[in-house]
Amino acid sequence: MKDIRAKILSNKKVGRAYYKMALDTPYIARTAKPGQFVQIKCSDGLEPFLRRPFSIHRVKGEGSRVKEIEILYEVVGKGTEILAGKKEGDFVDVLGPLGTGFSLPRAHAPNPNRVSGLGSSLEPRAIIIAGGIGAAPLVYLAEGLKKNKIKTIVLIGAKTKDVILCEKDFEKITREVYISTDDGTYGCHGFVSRLFHNILKTAESKFETIVYVCGPHGMLKCIAEICRERGFECQVSLEEKMACGMGACLGCAVHTKSGNKLACKDGPVFNAGELIW
Amino acid sequence: MVKVKIGKIKLENPVMVASGTFGYAKEFEKLVNPKHIGAIITKTITLNPRQGNPMPRICETASGMLNAIGLQNEGIDNFIKEKMPYLSKIGVPIIISISGNNIDEFFILTRRLNKIKAISGIELNISCPNIKCKGLVAQDKKETYEVVKAVRKTTNKTVITKLSPNVTDITEIAKAAEDAGSDAVSLVNTFLGMAIDVETGKSKLGNITGGLSGPCIKPIALRMVYEASRNIDIPVIGMGGIMNADDAIEFMLAGATAIQVGTANFIEPGVSGKIIKGIEAYLKKHKIERIQDIAGSIDDKK
Repeated sequence: MKDIRAKILSNKKVGRAYYKMALDTPYIARTAKPGQFVQIKCSDGLEPFLRRPFSIHRVKGEGSRVKEIEILYEVVGKGTEILAGKKEGDFVDVLGPLGTGFSLPRAHAPNPNRVSGLGSSLEPRAIIIAGGIGAAPLVYLAEGLKKNKIKTIVLIGAKTKDVILCEKDFEKITREVYISTDDGTYGCHGFVSRLFHNILKTAESKFETIVYVCGPHGMLKCIAEICRERGFECQVSLEEKMACGMGACLGCAVHTKSGNKLACKDGPVFNAGELIW
Repeated sequence: MVKVKIGKIKLENPVMVASGTFGYAKEFEKLVNPKHIGAIITKTITLNPRQGNPMPRICETASGMLNAIGLQNEGIDNFIKEKMPYLSKIGVPIIISISGNNIDEFFILTRRLNKIKAISGIELNISCPNIKCKGLVAQDKKETYEVVKAVRKTTNKTVITKLSPNVTDITEIAKAAEDAGSDAVSLVNTFLGMAIDVETGKSKLGNITGGLSGPCIKPIALRMVYEASRNIDIPVIGMGGIMNADDAIEFMLAGATAIQVGTANFIEPGVSGKIIKGIEAYLKKHKIERIQDIAGSIDDKK
């Protein structure tokens, strides 16, 4: 974890109210794990007062040349409005990487001596479910899964066609990308949870399925319930308002079966079964 | 030249980190060299573990923030077991903030802390606005006197009483703490405040009201430090919206012997180090030899 005065390498509009910003942060880029986030000070003055948390959307570069992180953000208020106005070459304070990210299954190594029929020896398969801006941390996750050679299916849900995010990014990683829109203007008509149900009907069941989901609270709850019924492991990335982002202020408490946890430190990624919904 | 003394505690510099804004120090270990800080005041602990208040617990406001954490903590037993080993090794004065529901609890907590050598002092949080009580101890001079007296009788460690700004006259509460034997007072804790979401009609805090902190409270905090320091002889530790060295020096000119950096730690974890450097530069620039020479040196001739 470091607090870095970072140069903005680019800041581009990628949709109606969505922007992608690349930041020159070699330390964060090299140490960040999928699902972790950064706290950015959007202004050098007192307005807005607190930093804003952004999940790490992608890390760019290979090996020792890894030096950039990318954030994908929606303009929703003062902080993101100021951020959207920043130009290439401007500087912002970036604190990170923060929090506990997704845990990835290891690549499947078929064991010749295994006793057939044991559940644990099934090949892992990831299903990534993105709702709206919830797609932001999932692209870096999908890249990680690909690196680990994990078969991955991606479901993207949004209100309407022009707010579908990261379709092309996901398509570069896996051939299995499915879309749903609430209003039916693109992909399947309806909530992404329905699409999830349909996919499960047709997808092969010879896998050990692990579900990764980020999006609005209602959607997370719904997906978590389906996973519970099916016995799938489900990791959810939560969004909470936070002040410090590093476990000091206790402002972002999350109720879990083992007491209060912090979204900023113990999360933002939690095992869905651990949460009290 | 920046050394100060609060009670029995010798501080290398007058910049402390405020309770509840620096966790138990370990949270900041990768970002701040704690050896540079004058003293560390830990997040308030209570006798029994506390769950804290419902979410949302924080809310941004103009040049500040509201919080209603509700003293979430693991209780004294866990604190001693889990947090003290790290705190003991840091090598700067460690001051433990405590809060109790009654005098007995303050007494028991103090007795437990007495046994721990690595603890330099105790800060009495009698001013947290986020716990369900009739009023704050720090809003009543008699209650303040009694709590401080009970702790004073129980310990030889330095006792600092943290005062609330939610009072009509800060000087009488500060005086009560002094009379009861407090070694110093620290002020101010947060101001009671609130914020409402106009779309939902609901408070932006789960606890409905919360404590306001940050630069928005600085002018009022500064006035209260000025008033309190003129009416008592024990040191005043000033705080309330300090973001940089100039803010810290203002508090000292107003009468503070030392200062605490609070909410600023959330925004700039390394800010305390910058403030110390800034104070040193200020002394040099103004050819002031000792930091004590600033305390209360405001030119307030009308």
